[in-house]
Amino acid sequence: MTAAKITQVVVDEVKGYHSFVKFLIFLVGAAAVASAIRFIFGLGVTTNLNDTFPWGLWISFDVVTAVPLAAGAFTLGAIVHCFHIKKLEPLVRPAIVTGFLGYSLVCVGLLLDLGQPQRGWHTMVYWNPHSPMFEVSMCIMAYTTVLFLEFLSPVCEKFGYHVPLRLLRTIEMPLVVLAASISTLHQSSLGTFFLIAVDKLHPLWYNPLLPLLFWVSAMCAGMSIITVEATMSHKYMGQPDEGELLETLAKILPCVLSFYLALRLFSLFALSEGALWDRPGLTALFVLEIVALVLPVLMLAQKKVRENGRLRATAAWMVIFGVVVNRFNVSMFGMEAPGTSYYPSFLESIVTIGIIAAHILFFVLIAKYFPIFEHHPETVDYSLPDHFHKTENGHGHVGNEA
Amino acid sequence: MSSENKDFGKNKAFLIDMTKCTGCRGCQVACKQWNQLDAEKTKFFTGEGYQNPPLMSEYTFTRIKFRDYEKNGQNEFAFYKEMCMHCNEPACASVCPVGAFVKTKEGPVTYDAKRCIGCRFCMVACPFGVPKYEWSKAFPLVRKCTGCYSRIKEGKKPACATTCVSAITYGPREEMIKEAEKRIAARPEKYLKKLYGAEEAGGTSVIYLTALPFDELGFKHVTKRPLPSYTWQALRLVPGIFLTVGSSLSLLSWFNHRKERIAKEEEMRKSGSAPKEG
Repeated sequence: MTAAKITQVVVDEVKGYHSFVKFLIFLVGAAAVASAIRFIFGLGVTTNLNDTFPWGLWISFDVVTAVPLAAGAFTLGAIVHCFHIKKLEPLVRPAIVTGFLGYSLVCVGLLLDLGQPQRGWHTMVYWNPHSPMFEVSMCIMAYTTVLFLEFLSPVCEKFGYHVPLRLLRTIEMPLVVLAASISTLHQSSLGTFFLIAVDKLHPLWYNPLLPLLFWVSAMCAGMSIITVEATMSHKYMGQPDEGELLETLAKILPCVLSFYLALRLFSLFALSEGALWDRPGLTALFVLEIVALVLPVLMLAQKKVRENGRLRATAAWMVIFGVVVNRFNVSMFGMEAPGTSYYPSFLESIVTIGIIAAHILFFVLIAKYFPIFEHHPETVDYSLPDHFHKTENGHGHVGNEA
Repeated sequence: MSSENKDFGKNKAFLIDMTKCTGCRGCQVACKQWNQLDAEKTKFFTGEGYQNPPLMSEYTFTRIKFRDYEKNGQNEFAFYKEMCMHCNEPACASVCPVGAFVKTKEGPVTYDAKRCIGCRFCMVACPFGVPKYEWSKAFPLVRKCTGCYSRIKEGKKPACATTCVSAITYGPREEMIKEAEKRIAARPEKYLKKLYGAEEAGGTSVIYLTALPFDELGFKHVTKRPLPSYTWQALRLVPGIFLTVGSSLSLLSWFNHRKERIAKEEEMRKSGSAPKEG
């Protein structure tokens, strides 16, 4: 009776969704079926992976690309809380939700790609600190936990749980610092992955600064994702317009981005070894990657672009595109030996499309049911609980003297 | 896995003299028998030449690669026995997140299937393309030549070295290198004056002597520096970076919060004292 009622309520609710959301649900369902097929028939049959291409789309996109795309949470957290640019605070929550979803889906993607997903916990038991993969998996587990705790705030607000909310407020700052430190480690270590591929990764991408480059470009990708996300949720979901805040963000982005480009060109011309321009296909991909990052710097340097919502979002899209191309170049195209090539199978593509769809779907649903964008902290006292009453005592003291 | 000063000279090593190989593929058969590896259904000429199976795989830990060339107007064969090189400082062991690969003190690099999570980083990292995956299975593991570790511990030679009638010598690495140099000195016209494996990837436990240049036979060009050092130069900074980023951000936010608190306090005092003045 009650169960039937609940089902009825859920069905009615889902029926009321926009047809785009229903389409997303369909894509996620298709990916779930595809994942089941992978576990029944094995990686060899269902993917185009083989001994020459042990890593394919699932590593290149679901892990190596998805992680920097989820970097907005730690970047913005640090900007707002550590560098104290408080007015950007309303953007932190959507960024945390994106980050939490992103990392959860990275875990899903990794489990599909592992040969023995049921042994994932082995990394926590058999430590090998010499392995970048060990470091990244520990960081991803730790960071997903941190993001989950940060994500609990809107959940507790929604249901009015005041005690856990207080606790979460207390540990907010440590979490922000922890998030930034852990992210620095694993964003860069994703680059360290490819330092071992000495004679495999093409010199256009192989250089000893790869970890640093990965870290800096991840921050750019994170800021761009936030920009795009806020613009689109305003346009399509009727969420509040954060244009003014995005303008501030659009001032920070080109600075970091030009630092990245300078570093990228320095490492390319000063630190790379071997012939750079011997393969026209790779040269084209390299040019594409660089152009997609140089243009937004030029665009965002102009005030009228920063103030224009559409142009600003376009520039952000280009940064995202450039970073995605870079990650694919490093983890896929640049790793292919001359004369060989890999392209994902139908099933691999279905799973990755499903993971992207799941990200958008869950974001839309969370924004629908939880206070993500409504959270404007200028209306809330956000200062840390002052247990030692230093301020008041100090204040009182001064007052007494006066 | 570590880069502590270790003497690899006492490690057991293969000296494989490709000029003495006849291409009988007895080593392939012995390897399959000892490791109980399934046969593969193959066809001739599916690979680059007469070799069969065409490539190493989950079922084939070693294979003889054939190269036909012309010498004095006659067709000749040259061979390359492909197998795990059992590096002194193996890339597979350094990248494995669960430490499934171990460089044993006897020399062989072993693989613990019970630990493996199947991430395939070893396959990406190995400069020789040795670890292979069980692509046919739903929950695959990695397979590779074990250097017949179980036989070595019993004082026996590896299966392929036992079977081979002419080309494979097995013994301490430093002695194998001396022997190889002796052979080059005795018959300089016959050999290429280089050893493959003496310095490749920082030195390996498989040393090759050939007549033809390495790249013509299908040997891979590999850096002379031990591969783990490439990632370690970045990874060793991890604890320092964690502490630096963590502490500097903590300091920064503490400072900024303090500033805010003082500003608030100032404001409160002003507004608090305002009525008095008025």
